[in-house]
Amino acid sequence: MDNKQYIRILKQVVVILKAAIFSLILLLVLVMDMGYNLLKKEFNNDRTVAAERVEAPEIVNGVHVRTGLVEGEGLDLVIQNCTTCHSSKLITQNRMTKTGWQSTIQWMQETQNLWDLGDQEAPIINYLAANYAPQKKGRRARLENIEWYEME
Amino acid sequence: MSSSRRQFIKKSTLAAFSGIIGAPIVFGKWLPKDYIPLILDQNDFHNKFSKDPAMVVLNDKPWNAEAQAHILDDKVTPASRMFVRNNGLIPQDIQTDQWTLTIDGESALTTKTYTLADLKSFPKHTYQLTLECGGNGRNEFDPPAKGNQWSIGAVSCASWGGVRLSDLLKDVGVKEDAIYVGYYGKDMHLSGSPDKNPISRGVPISKAMMEETLIAYEMNGEDIPLVHGFPLRLVAGGWPASASGKWLHRLSIRNKVHDGAKMEGSSYRVPCEPVAPGEKVLDENMCIIESMPVKSLITYPKSGAMLGTKKSLAIRGHAWAGELNVSVVHYSIDFGVTWQKCELQAAANRLAWQHWSGNVSFPKDGYYEIWARATDSEGNMQPMLVPGWNPKGYLNNACHRIAIKVG
Repeated sequence: MDNKQYIRILKQVVVILKAAIFSLILLLVLVMDMGYNLLKKEFNNDRTVAAERVEAPEIVNGVHVRTGLVEGEGLDLVIQNCTTCHSSKLITQNRMTKTGWQSTIQWMQETQNLWDLGDQEAPIINYLAANYAPQKKGRRARLENIEWYEME
Repeated sequence: MSSSRRQFIKKSTLAAFSGIIGAPIVFGKWLPKDYIPLILDQNDFHNKFSKDPAMVVLNDKPWNAEAQAHILDDKVTPASRMFVRNNGLIPQDIQTDQWTLTIDGESALTTKTYTLADLKSFPKHTYQLTLECGGNGRNEFDPPAKGNQWSIGAVSCASWGGVRLSDLLKDVGVKEDAIYVGYYGKDMHLSGSPDKNPISRGVPISKAMMEETLIAYEMNGEDIPLVHGFPLRLVAGGWPASASGKWLHRLSIRNKVHDGAKMEGSSYRVPCEPVAPGEKVLDENMCIIESMPVKSLITYPKSGAMLGTKKSLAIRGHAWAGELNVSVVHYSIDFGVTWQKCELQAAANRLAWQHWSGNVSFPKDGYYEIWARATDSEGNMQPMLVPGWNPKGYLNNACHRIAIKVG
């Protein structure tokens, strides 16, 4: 074998080796990706199940159990932004117009250290105005929720 | 998934808990699955503060709760039936041996600091004092006023013991130009900011100098319960209870109307001149509430009594009138058409509520409402309708009503 022949064979071997290494890497990547996807799928399944398990009992008959707030668009934002400093009971016992809720938020921002609500302000106010709007009471309501009992 | 993971809290639940608390829970992933952190267990008001189960919680952060009429039947309100009104968070870890009261201010001749032992060395005075929240009855206003929706139970008359504020003011020395005494308490602002006071109100110097205005360290013969201001509070009977600062550690003798939290704007103020329901009122046209208006409660029987064949009923309750006396109490069983006079006792002392009683006879079977109406020593009567609307829903002294069935 002369020198030229030796170099040609060596080049061929290098090409074959390159191809083999490339294939091996490709195979490895494919296997890893498949495995990762499988893992990811399982993880997601678990998360979904976990989320359902945790969130399902949170709303009963249209009311968020822990806070007493009614179910509606914007509920999550209200819980996150409004119940950090004060109780949700301060919301559920009050009734205000859109302007009223807006000025209450403004008052809290000016005097009570409430943060800027940014894009979340509109959906928060919409939720409050839709679900906690004033109702006419008149000058004196009739006596209601009387618990009747036999007197001894 | 390994089963061991399931025994611990899910990440989403942990995030929710952290969201509620407003801070991450350190080592939170080791919380057992069904364990609710103590900070979230907020349904324990009655146990936590030794309150009557019939107390109604309006708000759990901050704590606000009111009595119902029938549990206010005691002549002297026990701690278990006293309403709770907080603007901020109740102070923790109170060290009584380190507690001091400092009196200072532009109109103080000197600045003095007193320990609790120092305060107890002054002559002790005890008075029954009516404390009613300025917003008691807010839930009846239309259009509604924002805030805690008190119905009728934010009132009490306990026996308060302590030193006269006037004795302390004389000890410190008051300049001629003194206008107001402002208080500072140890409660914390809801935002957690140490720079903010949840509430810092007070009284004009004339009210501060009255003999019944106390710096109290006792309630009903015992230490003041924590939720009511332990170890020290101002008690200014007959005025909105917000004037009676809790967890008191500083008083300032001011040469102007005190400008602390909830003194300004529309807080504890009503329109200086009457306004139409729903009208906007500028802050400068709002005046500070001083003496509370005449009011009464029917504390026996509880609303909803069915008398069966009986045609008569003994009723009783209390009546109070801020700085004034109650001169007469009437009841009506015909929706205000006719009124019968009740027996009325004199107050135990000035600013204590007065006890009244009556014997009702029903002419025939049917549904009745008993209405009670007190009149103060200046002839002012409780209205049967909700009185003048005001933006913050204060001073509703409309007559109390209970429902009765005969037959």
